[in-house]
Amino acid sequence: MALDLARWQFAVTTLYHFLFVPVTIGTAWFLVGMQTAWYRTGDEKWLRMTRFFGKLFLINFALGVVTGIVQEFQFGMNWSAYSRYVGDIFGAPLAIEGLAAFFLESTFLGLWIFGWDRLKPKVHLATIWLVAVGSTASAYFILAANSWMQHPVGYKLNPVTHRAELTSIAQILTNSTLIRAFGHTIAAAILTAAMLVLGVAAWHLRRGGDAAVFRPAATIALWATLVAGVLTVLIGHEQGQLMTRQQPMKMAAAEALYTTESGAHFSLFDLGPWQRRPNKDLVSIAIPHGLSILADNSWNGRVLGMNDIQKQYAATYGPGDYKPIVGITYWTFRIMTGLGFLAVVIALGGLWLARQPGRLERSSRYLRLAVWAIALPFLANLAGWVFTELGRQPWIVQGLLQTKDAVSPSVGAWSVGLTLAGFTLLYGILAAVEAGLMIRAAKAGPDGEGTYAPAPEGDGAAPVRIPALTY
Amino acid sequence: MTLLASAHGYWNLQTFWFFLIVVLWIGYFVLEGFDFGVGTLLPFVGRDVVERGTLLRTIGPVWDGNEVWLLVAGGATFAAFPGWYASLFSGFYLALFLVLVGLIVRGVAIEYRNKQTGELWRSRWDRILAVSSAIPALLWGVALADVVHGVPIDAHGEFTGNLLSLLGPYALFGGLTSLALFTFHGALFLTLRTTGELHARARRAAFLLALPAAALVFGFLVWTYANAASAHEKGIVPGVIPITAMVLPFVAWMLVRAGKDGWAFAATAASIALITLTLYLNLYPRAIVSSTASGFSPTIFTTSSSHYTLVVMSIVAVVFTPVVLAYQAWTYWVFRARLGDEDAPHSPLELLERSPLGRGTPQPGA
Repeated sequence: MALDLARWQFAVTTLYHFLFVPVTIGTAWFLVGMQTAWYRTGDEKWLRMTRFFGKLFLINFALGVVTGIVQEFQFGMNWSAYSRYVGDIFGAPLAIEGLAAFFLESTFLGLWIFGWDRLKPKVHLATIWLVAVGSTASAYFILAANSWMQHPVGYKLNPVTHRAELTSIAQILTNSTLIRAFGHTIAAAILTAAMLVLGVAAWHLRRGGDAAVFRPAATIALWATLVAGVLTVLIGHEQGQLMTRQQPMKMAAAEALYTTESGAHFSLFDLGPWQRRPNKDLVSIAIPHGLSILADNSWNGRVLGMNDIQKQYAATYGPGDYKPIVGITYWTFRIMTGLGFLAVVIALGGLWLARQPGRLERSSRYLRLAVWAIALPFLANLAGWVFTELGRQPWIVQGLLQTKDAVSPSVGAWSVGLTLAGFTLLYGILAAVEAGLMIRAAKAGPDGEGTYAPAPEGDGAAPVRIPALTY
Repeated sequence: MTLLASAHGYWNLQTFWFFLIVVLWIGYFVLEGFDFGVGTLLPFVGRDVVERGTLLRTIGPVWDGNEVWLLVAGGATFAAFPGWYASLFSGFYLALFLVLVGLIVRGVAIEYRNKQTGELWRSRWDRILAVSSAIPALLWGVALADVVHGVPIDAHGEFTGNLLSLLGPYALFGGLTSLALFTFHGALFLTLRTTGELHARARRAAFLLALPAAALVFGFLVWTYANAASAHEKGIVPGVIPITAMVLPFVAWMLVRAGKDGWAFAATAASIALITLTLYLNLYPRAIVSSTASGFSPTIFTTSSSHYTLVVMSIVAVVFTPVVLAYQAWTYWVFRARLGDEDAPHSPLELLERSPLGRGTPQPGA
């Protein structure tokens, strides 16, 4: 019972945290681009764009930060057996993240928000660059820790202390799983921010709002969506191939592939009795040979099915069920990849419209679609995490430690249930407050033209003082 | 305890990391201590939403960076002493949950208060901020006192008590002490960062808080010393460290009377640092004291990471810590200017101008 509640708590707090993280990372780079453009050109529209999207960034950032503390604490609180077993390895990237990345991000964000009229423009521009570098580096170290759980490297098992111990920090930080997960996550973060910028710009363009700001914002966002979308898909494909070797069970479950096949088809849509199968589909749409091509780059490549992997694992690790929940793994994989492709299609559609000047602004239907499409990357991000974490089950560290053995022995079900209820309630309220603020700020639009225009020559007035962003 | 330490000597990486973690906690308490104090004092020193906005602005640029000290202290404990991290965080489960709720709500209150202009919106967040600042300020004292005084821990390093076993009289006294001292520290921070009427009120608050805080610190350290003596622990350094820690709040009181705000603030900062150091010296080389049996107390040697991990982390710490200290110090330098009435957008016209309404854009649902 305590175990199930602890799992739910991890799912709730982590998925919630991950609503905000990609927006922070992606939008930080958008702000870097916008403010750098203002610094280089002096064109006021870039400044108005920076400050408008900066406000949205800050509303999002606040929840990302406060829910991040829970992430670090709950390994010790709910998963103390895990912490003892892997702390020698897992703690290092977490501590490095705090010292090398999170300090940077938080400190320079304070300088960015409040430093508009206190720092030289060049120095102030540097602060947002450092925020973006810090938040991206943060993702790198956190993913280093997570990738070790997917594919443990650079460790040995100590028979005296009964735990995994670090033998090479370099291997942890250059884990093949990490390199791809990092590329995939950062591309997805930029995709998320791009679709957010696109949706907000579309909302205003549809109502004839500030075209000087939102027309270029939409164009940039469309290109970013396309590039980031394609990169997310390509790196994701690389990840999938690697995963077929490193975590074959996860990939087999993603395809609901029970029996080993050569020339395996790739299932697009399938309804059937997941736990038993095979060959009892109610509805099934599939691409012949698709899976073999995806997994192995070959027409008739052999793809291991779950039943065979189960036999192998039972022989290696002892009796037990080593299959994840197939239905969830199968569908989250499809939601993630399907929405990724959809994002690329939406970007292509927008760019097609934008070929002729003014056509995008007039296309009311496309603009409305772009507003609703803000939800796509968030759903894809959540589905991606559920897929990669749930697909690893029953392992918490692939091949080393099972989730059921990782929970805190001293924490009872009542305690976990109470905190689960508490976090869920609190997070729910904060989500409502955040969404309200975000929508209001997004609808309010940027500061008017001329807000930051320098005073006319000979007026004797000082240049306009740019105030702190939100106080 | 001295026996245990001398078996390993003092020149080892475990001891180095123990004291590095002490430094991180000191950094956290000194820095976020005044953030908590400013938050708690908000409704008392600021009379309206505009004044409270100015007060909040004194910590606005730095509070988030200050909080990272906690994350790094936690991360460092995880990396260097996984067993300590596991016992501590799972043992102090519900207490840490309350701390987390406090920190979450507080961070949101600071960041969201000014995202809308309504009077009701802001005054509500101000009240929430005051309460959510006081809760962790109190609970950190409780937790640290518990770690040093002892909680039920079995032979495997697992906590066997409940929330009530964390709320003994000594621990609660420790909580009141940290709450009072942080609030006093926060009042002094405000005297340093404000002008005019706000400055005068911050000084009055500091003046009122000084003696109660000093008395609590005095009582808490005497109690700590009595506990240590009755447990025949000579680990605690008799003399200079705890006695200086005890005297400093009184010195701060005299300094604030003499109008030396800066020195008074330095005195409370030093007192917080020395109290923390006293408690950890008393703890060393244990990680948490077991009240079940002294032999069950996990130590820094039984809970530490492998030698290799400690070496790696030492290099990381030696490289990055000075850089972090440098840019955080620079931040305080950038925002050194005092804030007063003139810094708040407080004329009704200006408030209106800064609100979206003033720009002529229609507000749906406003």
